[in-house]
Amino acid sequence: MILVRFQAGLTNALRVLCAAALTVPLFALADDAAIPAFKTLDSMEARVQACTTCHGQRGQGTDNAYFPRLAGKPAGYLYNQLLSFRDGTRKYAPMNYLVAYLPDAYLKEMADHFSKERPDFMPPTASTRSPAALERGAKLVLGGDPTRQIPACVACHGAALMGMEPGIPALIGLRSNYLAAQLSRWRSKERRAAAPDCMQRVASRLTDGDIANVSAWLASRPAPADPTPMARDAVRLPIACGSQS
Amino acid sequence: MSLPSASVAWRTARQAALLVGALTLAVLASAQSTTDILHKGEYLARAGDCVACHTVAGGKQFAGGRAMPTPFGNLYVPNITPDDTTGIGKWSSDDFYKTMHQGRSRDGSLLYPAMPFAAYTKVTRADSDAIYAYLMSTPPVRQLNRAHELRFPYNKRQLLLGWRALYFTEGEYQPDVKQTLEWNRGAYLVQGLGHCSMCHTAINALGGSSESKKFQGGMIPNQNWYAPSLTSNREAGLGDWKIEDIMSLLQAGVSHRGTVYGPMAEVVYNSLQYVTDEDIRAMAVYLKALPSDNRRVEGPDPAQLVQPRVLELGRKIYSVQCAMCHGAEGKGAPPAFPPLANNQSIAMDSPVNSIRMVLNGGYAPGTQKNPRPHGMPPFAQLLSDAEVAAVVTYIRVSWDNHGLPVTPKQANAIRSATLD
Repeated sequence: MILVRFQAGLTNALRVLCAAALTVPLFALADDAAIPAFKTLDSMEARVQACTTCHGQRGQGTDNAYFPRLAGKPAGYLYNQLLSFRDGTRKYAPMNYLVAYLPDAYLKEMADHFSKERPDFMPPTASTRSPAALERGAKLVLGGDPTRQIPACVACHGAALMGMEPGIPALIGLRSNYLAAQLSRWRSKERRAAAPDCMQRVASRLTDGDIANVSAWLASRPAPADPTPMARDAVRLPIACGSQS
Repeated sequence: MSLPSASVAWRTARQAALLVGALTLAVLASAQSTTDILHKGEYLARAGDCVACHTVAGGKQFAGGRAMPTPFGNLYVPNITPDDTTGIGKWSSDDFYKTMHQGRSRDGSLLYPAMPFAAYTKVTRADSDAIYAYLMSTPPVRQLNRAHELRFPYNKRQLLLGWRALYFTEGEYQPDVKQTLEWNRGAYLVQGLGHCSMCHTAINALGGSSESKKFQGGMIPNQNWYAPSLTSNREAGLGDWKIEDIMSLLQAGVSHRGTVYGPMAEVVYNSLQYVTDEDIRAMAVYLKALPSDNRRVEGPDPAQLVQPRVLELGRKIYSVQCAMCHGAEGKGAPPAFPPLANNQSIAMDSPVNSIRMVLNGGYAPGTQKNPRPHGMPPFAQLLSDAEVAAVVTYIRVSWDNHGLPVTPKQANAIRSATLD
């Protein structure tokens, strides 16, 4: 009996040892951007620690391939997303849960906070898609497809693809699976914006292949020298967007 | 124009003016009392947190339609706007009182106890009338009620007769003359509109809350949160809390002893932040005076039950990810970051809430007294089940906390649960 117990104990100990051996090194490699840190308790920096393990200390993103960069995106865009997550019109359970009981003014302050951050960009990711596929992606982003009434991404998101105040986001600094997931959600109307919902109209014309090509090419682009979004009305939009009004 | 006639005309005009004045005063007085009643009704509707269930997130206020998952199937909350066809526009104040007091709809049908009529029955007729008047003053919304989706046999309303016999006692709150006015006001709000016992009393297999176990805590059905006991000082019993800390927790959502998250954050956000200082104090006085159970579990120090390697892994994770906000000694930086040492909610028997917080993080609610709360990040994407279990175990047994260790399986069960 005692022997059996001892053996069970030993097996358990071994199991724990193995588990520890497997998990400790993984944990030790934790991404610095994802570790809570701040200077002053009564600051926005301390208040947005809840965002850091996914979006990084300054909104630069983390090693995780999905969570988007927030830093430098127009405040109006970030604010609209926070409101949508809170009210459940944009669905992503971890975000819906986190911001469920936060008032407008505070969400606005969070949006302003990240819109002003300018941390370095993550290095672009090498794509596994073929050069021809990337080429097709580049063509859609830069020139659109007039035969299918698809405007070029750059027409609204800017030649530098860093977005426009107040409501159009940057497309550089995001991973391809995040971009592809968003385009698919726009297309299926899971993701929406204020009417007229321009992005829904554009996404509804994209094929699965378009989405994969565009996302892969965008994710492979390095950051521009000046990552500031264009000022409001810097360009005239080829398609009406409710979030710009 | 002759003098007498002018005088008559003047007198008539003066009488008319007086009459108008008197009428205006009467109209003003009644308008004033209507205003008062509506203000009172709105205040009480908030104290009862009607909006939490009767409004869909981002939807029209009180228009209903929200799915309420129960262990017996989905209930759909009805429209309580004053729309004549789809809402309660044709209800009288008697109909409304019958619902609040007896748990019967206007047509006499029995309500499912997801509507907390076992608590609302304690609400006075005058308060019920004020809430009715307020609801009638809100914008009507035409939105048809959705049929419930309850499984057999729970879809048979006759069953509710049995449930009522077991768990429902009709009757307005009766003041306890041996207690102060303040205590009685607190008891009225906690037991009545506050319907606190809906979550803070264990729900049994029949969906009932046992009177003898009132406020002793329980899992909230389908939400995967544990509502701690309000009577045990080992859980959320408030016997050794300062009144100011209880008030702050209820009204601001944060305090020097702990912070509200999850379903309680919702209650503070939609309801308690709007309750006056005076009423919050009364509730705090009543809650603090609830009978307390100070018993400690006999047995060895739980820390001895933990494998040293697990404790070491937990300590390592804590020092990297948690200590920045909660401090090396678990003292936190309250009220911004809650203490973990000497925090009853960390060491209570159910580890569910601590596991959830590590996995999903959380913000305290943004309230009038704390509009810019600090928050905790999710760690689900960074930590394995074994790591979550290790760090939760670590905080449950450190710094004089006497909680039991947590297994990776327990962490996994919460990870797989829906986040809603």
